[in-house]
Amino acid sequence: MRKIVVLLLSCLTASLHAQQGLQAFVGATLLPIDGPAIPNGTLLVQDGRISAIGANVPIPAAASIHRMDGKIIMPGLVDTHSHIGQVAGADSSAPIQPDVRALDSINSRHAGLMKAKAGGITTVNVMPGSGHLLSGQTNYLKLRNGSSVEALAIRTESGAMAGGIKMANGTNPLRASPFPGTRGKAAALMRAQLVAAKEYCDKKGSDSPPPRHIGHDALCEVFAGERIVHHHTHRHDDVLTVLRLADEFNFRVVLHHVSEGALVADAIAKAGVAASIIHIDSPGGKLEVMNLLPDNGKVLADAGVLLAYHTDDPITDSRLFLRSAAMGVRFGLDRDTALRSVTLNGAKMLDLQDRVGSLTVGKDADFIVLSGDPLSVYTRVEQTWVEGVKVFDLADPEQALFATGGYGAGRDQVASEVLQLEAAQ
Amino acid sequence: MKGALKKTSYLLGLSLVAANLQAETLVVLAERIYTQAGPVIEAGAIVVEDGKIRQVGRQSQLRLPAGAKTLQAAVVTPGLIDARTVVGLAGYLNQPHDQDQLETSAAMQPQLRALDAFNARERLVDWVRSLGVTTFHTGHGPGALISGQTMVRKSHGNHVDDGMMQPLAMIAAQLGPGAFGAENRSPGTRSKQIAMLRQQLIRAQEYQQKQQEAQEGKAPSRDLELEALVGVLNGSTPLLITAYREQDMQSALRIAEEFGIRIVLDGAAEAYLMLDAIKAAQVPVILHPTMARQFGELENASFITAQKLHQAGIPFALQSGYERYVPKTRVVLWEAAIAAAYGLPYEVALASITIDAARILGIDERVGSIAVGKDADLVLYTGDPFEYTTQVSQVIINGQLVSTEPH
Repeated sequence: MRKIVVLLLSCLTASLHAQQGLQAFVGATLLPIDGPAIPNGTLLVQDGRISAIGANVPIPAAASIHRMDGKIIMPGLVDTHSHIGQVAGADSSAPIQPDVRALDSINSRHAGLMKAKAGGITTVNVMPGSGHLLSGQTNYLKLRNGSSVEALAIRTESGAMAGGIKMANGTNPLRASPFPGTRGKAAALMRAQLVAAKEYCDKKGSDSPPPRHIGHDALCEVFAGERIVHHHTHRHDDVLTVLRLADEFNFRVVLHHVSEGALVADAIAKAGVAASIIHIDSPGGKLEVMNLLPDNGKVLADAGVLLAYHTDDPITDSRLFLRSAAMGVRFGLDRDTALRSVTLNGAKMLDLQDRVGSLTVGKDADFIVLSGDPLSVYTRVEQTWVEGVKVFDLADPEQALFATGGYGAGRDQVASEVLQLEAAQ
Repeated sequence: MKGALKKTSYLLGLSLVAANLQAETLVVLAERIYTQAGPVIEAGAIVVEDGKIRQVGRQSQLRLPAGAKTLQAAVVTPGLIDARTVVGLAGYLNQPHDQDQLETSAAMQPQLRALDAFNARERLVDWVRSLGVTTFHTGHGPGALISGQTMVRKSHGNHVDDGMMQPLAMIAAQLGPGAFGAENRSPGTRSKQIAMLRQQLIRAQEYQQKQQEAQEGKAPSRDLELEALVGVLNGSTPLLITAYREQDMQSALRIAEEFGIRIVLDGAAEAYLMLDAIKAAQVPVILHPTMARQFGELENASFITAQKLHQAGIPFALQSGYERYVPKTRVVLWEAAIAAAYGLPYEVALASITIDAARILGIDERVGSIAVGKDADLVLYTGDPFEYTTQVSQVIINGQLVSTEPH
């Protein structure tokens, strides 16, 4: 009996090693994103990274071969804004809470993560909500097979968990005191916070450093350019307020939603700021998005703004993320930008462009296997791979349940609470 | 002199006829026509006169009127029918002043008419029309045990009466937690919901009986609430019951059987668990939008429920439904597209937003397919209607071009 167990264990280890070893994915049309499509291409993966890509790549004898004839392979999708994993952040005690970390609330076993993998998402910025001026630190996750936030975290060079910080303006954070009641107060509160943090950060390296303040510490990373501000904003004037604050305090920012971005596209482009937007099937639903039009992406991209789409899951479903890019094309966006907007452009907004977002030698082997054109409604995500490991397979009925839904596929209670909170505001 | 007059009037008459022809005759040419009344027609044509379809067939086999206004498209389908929506009542701003789909002052208010609340100039009406919806079943939404009445109307016209097809279509009810009373008001449980609904239907039975037995001139005074429910009891008004969970759908079937009433199941997220029962009860289903968020009461919803209903032979239609936040309305064309992408046969998916929806609503004599004599409600597309990147190029209602901006 013990022998069998040992044997089984060693088989398991062997197969894990094979995954981590040399793998060749052959026969598919490869969409590298940073270059033209490669028909009948070969993708070589060594120890979780892309080691070669091309039409005539010699396949080493040691490689395990995956036939992908007739399929499309493109980079794993990068979702710059999601609420999967029962994520939470700040509570209702104050409008600005930079000390709060999303990672302390993430449930790595949450069905939302499985659904995101089924939608081809491999990298995701998991964020707290928009009901605060600053609702906490966000986490950049890889949707690996793992059951802790540590196992999913993307690490910086120093080994820390990578992430940004979430801010918001407009109507969502306007509430009863101590929250702001007007836009003017909202900006004043944020400026006061940033001024205080700046003074703290400046003293940190001095001979008499101030007592440690974990909220200010996070903002020091923002000032140092190590932590990007992900800023929820809808109305054109709120967008300009974000640009004004970013200029005054010299922080790196990505605009999120940007519903009236088309009205101030030139100002966004001039500031060199990126926009991560959302596709919604109709205008309205709240006053700030009364002017949300489906050609927002086209107008921003035409103005020269770096453009990404996001799911804002549960606002849109992670499994239909490619649809957002395709709907952008329906309303005028060019195909190449659309495909970049769910891959490489998103990676740039998370400072991860050297690791994910394209099929490039040296990058992580994060990719998806599609049944057809990524912008077609009929195309299904058949497989999702993260760092050379298959994390979703549509051919497995248990996993397919998450792709389609059905009995037991989700108990997304907290996600619905996020939605209700936003709806209530 | 006489002859000259005659000649003049003859000429005048001719020019009038010509003017009429130009104004009211329309030819639509398409590479492909999904008629929903027969096989697909390749290289087809549709001739429209006086708002009705006069000819449909292959271009080579029709006699097309010379000089008529001609439109071209890659694909043409019948005007789309949204089998259940709240557009016109639940406005796009989502502020109290434009939300008329739910009155929370009482649990059961079947006397509330949709036509008294419908805003024909609401932006979301324009939005869904630009995406091919030519007829919708709209009215009071979910959220109360009985929220009020619904109506069926074309999506065009600035007055509620314009294009009205059914001022009273159904009475909207809901079972399950979504229709529990606010602030500790009844109903607070599923059992209480059913008790309240049964008691009210029994009151309506008694009212109906008193009216029938009353001698002339001595009828009991009118009660608008019970009067509306008498329509449900006598079969003239179906009860549209929103229910997502299996147990709530079972309750709906139990009510239908006890009172012998016509019901339509709305939502029906867990319908795949009880296909046999739904089929045996001969109850049609207006299924939740395919992309409805799969949590809460819809945590077990699936993209493939439409396919399962089809395989079971249960009549069903798709809907845009009610959304409390964003998107403020869904678009049935896109909901059917996802159902088709997840296994529902192509033409069945199209039928779920055209002829099958028309049958469930009882308007299939006039709309839902492209056939001679029917209303000329047509949608023109640049390609496969379900494909993400295809656009709706034009929309025609009653032979009138009502949308020309590609969407």
